[in-house]
Parts: sequence; C-alpha cells; structure tokens
Amino acid sequence: MIEFNNVTKTYGLAAHAPKALDDVSLRIGRGELVVLIGASGSGKSTLLKMINRMEQPDSGRVMLDGQDTAHMPLRELRLRMGYVIQSVGLFPHWTVARNIGVVPTMLDWPRERIAARVTELLRVFDLDPATYGPRYPHQLSGGQQQRVGVARALAGDPEVLLMDEPFGALDPLIRTALQDEVKRIHQASGKTIVMVTHDIDEALRLGTQIVLLEQGRIVQVGSPLALLSQPANAQVADFIGRSDVGIKLLSLQRADSLARADAPHSGPSLPANATLREAVSTLALHGCQSLNLLDDTGAHAGVLHATDLFNRRHTGSLPLSDDQGQHA
Amino acid sequence: MRVAPNRLVSGEAVSFFALLQGPVWGLAVLLVGLLLLSLAPPRRIYLWLTVAAATVLAVGLGALAASHATLVVQASAPFARTALGSGLWLAWLLLGLVLADALQALRAGTLARMGVATTALLPLALLLVSGGADELSIMKEYANRSDEYWGVIARHCQIVALALLFTLAVGLPLGWATHRYARVGRAMFPLLNIVQTIPSIALFGLLMAPLAWLAASWPALGRAGISGVGLAPGVLALTLYSLLPVVRGTLAGLAQVPSAVTQAAQGLGFTPAQLFWQAQVPLALPVVLSGVRIASIQAVGLAAVTALIGAGGLGSLMFEGLFSSAQDLVLLGVVPIVVLGALVDGLFKLLIGLSAKATPTMELAQ
Repeated sequence: MIEFNNVTKTYGLAAHAPKALDDVSLRIGRGELVVLIGASGSGKSTLLKMINRMEQPDSGRVMLDGQDTAHMPLRELRLRMGYVIQSVGLFPHWTVARNIGVVPTMLDWPRERIAARVTELLRVFDLDPATYGPRYPHQLSGGQQQRVGVARALAGDPEVLLMDEPFGALDPLIRTALQDEVKRIHQASGKTIVMVTHDIDEALRLGTQIVLLEQGRIVQVGSPLALLSQPANAQVADFIGRSDVGIKLLSLQRADSLARADAPHSGPSLPANATLREAVSTLALHGCQSLNLLDDTGAHAGVLHATDLFNRRHTGSLPLSDDQGQHA
Repeated sequence: MRVAPNRLVSGEAVSFFALLQGPVWGLAVLLVGLLLLSLAPPRRIYLWLTVAAATVLAVGLGALAASHATLVVQASAPFARTALGSGLWLAWLLLGLVLADALQALRAGTLARMGVATTALLPLALLLVSGGADELSIMKEYANRSDEYWGVIARHCQIVALALLFTLAVGLPLGWATHRYARVGRAMFPLLNIVQTIPSIALFGLLMAPLAWLAASWPALGRAGISGVGLAPGVLALTLYSLLPVVRGTLAGLAQVPSAVTQAAQGLGFTPAQLFWQAQVPLALPVVLSGVRIASIQAVGLAAVTALIGAGGLGSLMFEGLFSSAQDLVLLGVVPIVVLGALVDGLFKLLIGLSAKATPTMELAQ
C-alpha cells in the first residue's frame, strides 16, 4: 500500500513560487490501478515520481507498506518498483533481451531464470522471442519499443508498477492495444499500478481509481463511475467533458449486462464482453433495434435490445445522480 | 626528378617524358586512362577502375624514380644525387586525392580503405626495404643516419604517447566534471581556448622558466627528468594543446547520452556507478574517441616543434635539414610524421567504428 501524508513540493526558491504539490494526502490500496490525471502543471507526474524518490517532498511523508520511503535504501526501493516513462529510454547499445533482463541481472537472478523470464515477457507482449530478443531498440517500431519498456519494468516482478504517461507518444491504434495489455496484466497479476496520463479516456478505460489533480491539489478521487456520475465540481465536469458523459458512462458497462435470453435472430452480432458504447455504435451503424451477443467461443449469449439501453429501469444500476444536470 | 653531381648543388630536372621508354609507356597509358575515367559517369565499375589505376600509378612512379636513380649512379659518378622532384610529390598527392575521392563515392568501409592503402603502400615499402630505392637521395640521407633514425622515430612516438597519457589522465575526468558541473565548464573552456591560441614556440618558451625553476628548487624533480629544456616542457605543452579536444569530446559524448536513458536507468535502480559504466561510458565512447583522435593527430604534428627545445624526435631531423638547406633531410623527418599521423588517424577511425558498432544509432531512443 502506498500512502501520501500531507506532501508538499515547491520548485524554485522564491517564496511566491507556485506549489507543484500542495498538502496532498492519498492512499493507494494494494492491487489497485490508480490513474493520476490532470492538466500539465497539475503535479501528477511529481506525485508519481515521489513514490520511487525520483522527486523528494519538501514536507510530508510517502509511505510504502507502512514504512517511510525516505528511510529506505534508494536502490532497494527502486528495485521493488517497475518504472516506465513516455520516452521509453531503452538502452540503445543493448539488445531487447538484455534490456528486459537488466533488473533481474541487478537482482542477481541465475542466468537461466533471467533468460526464461525474458522469453516469458516477450511472449506476454506478443513479440516473438527468437525474432525480437536479439534485436536492438532502434530496429523496433515505437509501439514495440514501449512494449519492451513495459516488459523491462515488469521483469523483476516488482510489487508496484509506475507508469509516467507511458502511451502519450503512440498513435491511437497502438495506444489502445497497449492499454488492453496493461489492463490484462493488471487483472492477471494483481500488481499495484500507478499511471500518469492527461487522457481522460485512458483514465476511464484503465483506472480502478482515478485521482484528479489541479494546481498541486487533489480535486477528486473515485472510481470512473463516480467521477462521471458525481463530478465534485464544475471543473471536474469540464475536464471529463460535458457533452459526452452519457457515452462515456456506456463505455464503463459490458454489453451482456443488459442482455435478454432471447433466441438469436438475423441481425448484427457483437462479442459479449464489448461495452455498451460499442453496442450503441453497432446499432446506429446498422440502423437496427437489437443485436446478438457472442461469447468467447462464438456461441450465442443473448440479445441486446436498444430499448433496454435507453431505459432508466435498466441503466438505473448506474448510480446516476439526479442533480447531474445542475453540475453540467 | 632532379639529378645533381653531389649533395650540395641543386641539380637539374629530369622530366617524366624524358624517361618514356619500354614499360614506362604503361604508366603513361594509365595516366591518360585516369584522365578519361575522370570524365566517365560515377558508376561503381568506373570508380573501382579509378582506384586500381591510381594505385598502380602511385606504385609505378615510385618504382620508376628508384630505378632511374640506380641507373644514374651506375652510368655516371657514384656521388650523384637523384632527388624526387616536386612533380612526383605533387603527382602522389593528386593520386591520393583521387583515391580518397573515389573511395568516398564508393562509400567504402574502413576495411576496404585500409586494403587499398596497403596495396598502394606495401610495394613502395618493399622497394625501400629491399634496397631498390637506395640510390635515391632521401635514402642516402637515411643511410647516413640509419643508426640513429629509428631511435629518433621512437623518441617522437614517446613524446606523443606521454603527452596523450597525461591528456587522458587529466582530460577525461575534466570532461566528466564539465558535464556534471556546468560551472567547471564555464571556468575551464575559456582557459583551454586561450592555450589553444598561443603559438607553440611561445608556449614552450613560457614553460621553460617555471620548469627550470621547479627543477632548481626540488633537485629530485630534476633527477626525474624535469627541466626547462628537453622532454618535460615538450610533453607538458603538447598535453596543454591536447586537452581542449579531449575535454570537448568527453563533454559532447556525455551530453548526447539521451536523458530518457539516464532517467529510466535511475528509476530502475541503477547505482551511479552502474549508470556511468553501463550506460554513459559505452554511449559516449564514439564521440570521446573522436576528440582523442583529433588530439592525437595534432600531437603527432606538434611534437615536431618540440625539437626546438631539445626534446628530440623527428623534428630534430627536420630542423637540421632546414638550417643546412638539405631538402632531403627535411623530407626524411617530415615523411614519417605524415605516415605516423595517417596511422594514428586510421587506428582511431577503426576504434571509433568498433565502439559505434556497439552503440547502434540512438535517434529513436531520444
């Protein structure tokens, strides 16, 4: 568990210099995927870097499992955490395999175990170990480089994975693929992940908890659903985007949650684990009233009706506040 | 070529065309061929033909000069001196340029370049070793000094090596310091720049007095070889000159290590020592070596001047020749300096190539 207690940080010496972090307190539970989000200058990146002491607080404490990180040996602390940055920072003079194996090497793992771990991680990230292991970073595309960057961060099996705008420099298609991979890894491994982003869609897609920062202060902490349905103030609502809150809400719920157990019909079909947002898109595209849902094996898993989507009796499972209109 | 009855008179010129007979016509044909090739479109086949023609011509001209010198001695007086004319030196220079240009256009690698250089220089070297060129005046000067000659070359190398050793010992840490602490750079570079602008002879003069004083004050230093004249001020001056390129190169090398790499390394738990040895050193090495290369070539040339303050080396031959108007003696000193410079250059290019191979392009990592 990571805990920030009254953390304050100011860059520059002048007394009137703006505070990068202003009395921030936050608890990040084990196994959470916490997304720190905010405009540039909101202090989100500084907050992340305090966890592995790339930044030091002026006052306040950062605790890891109840221990003050300031008193831990720096190297030990960092070896317990994976670290991914936007500019990747692979070692250009080392092969992909050696890049991924760098933390296990520092942890003095036996050679065979390192090799096995590198192979395993390359497979996880859909990179053929025989092809990509011996390559150099400059021979990879941007998306592949960041895959290796994430694999490198995970190699030492860290308790915590820190990601500083990891996908900011990638094009949307590759970004989505990598987001899916991170989500999958989080669900499979149960690691605590802290990620910085300025992309609200990425935050809503990935976060179990979202922390919205503004000028060094935390404005709101909550689940994606809570942030969408109960924004703390007008600025949060602004940040999330007012016009498409409904669509974003739909993207948080799976299509099969509203499925009826009807027999299949001749209309279009969609995977059962698609979001309601994708369902709406498919319905609109085909101009129809219902669609078939298919499970992983391709078997029929029910029918989704458009009327159910826009019926509060069903979507009432979402804790929509009635005064949302007043915020918006 | 110039043929003179003895060492002192300047002799009369013998032109290439006067020697046109028998196999020499082959050289003339090659010369014309080279001219025609210069008009041909830059295809790989023509470029390789150019390389081949220029190489054969360079070797052939040397062999021709040597054989004519032998003929002259056999025909007339044994004291006759056959010197290589300015035309031949110029021809060699031009052929060198032609080779360099053609190899550049061919994008030849270091190994191919070295191969061509060897094919051109090896026969000439064999000619020298076999004694076939012994009747050329420059070789007669060599024969006069053969017992001390290799010692002089060794001395020259010693001056350069010592200067480089001190430069690296001081320059590499200094370069690192200028990278780590910007203030050191601001203090250091104006000083090094000023040193670079002081004429070498003036710098030797400036160093003589303090070194002589040091030797007088601490006799132990004097016994260790430190004095106002000789090796010590020479090496010290060369070190001062070499510092700027080495410090610059080190700074530039460290500065171009992508900050993303350092940041990621720190975040992953590298110790400062691991960061330095595993990331910064290998990534900075090619640029650092380019700095050392410039310093070394510069030192090989400048070491000639240290002869003026009694440090010895090839400069001593060169100046002796200059003061006694013995052109061949000057050449006897200069040619090895040029060869040494080229060797050092080639060696460092090879090292840089090797270190850059371990550091594939960093563009994407930035």
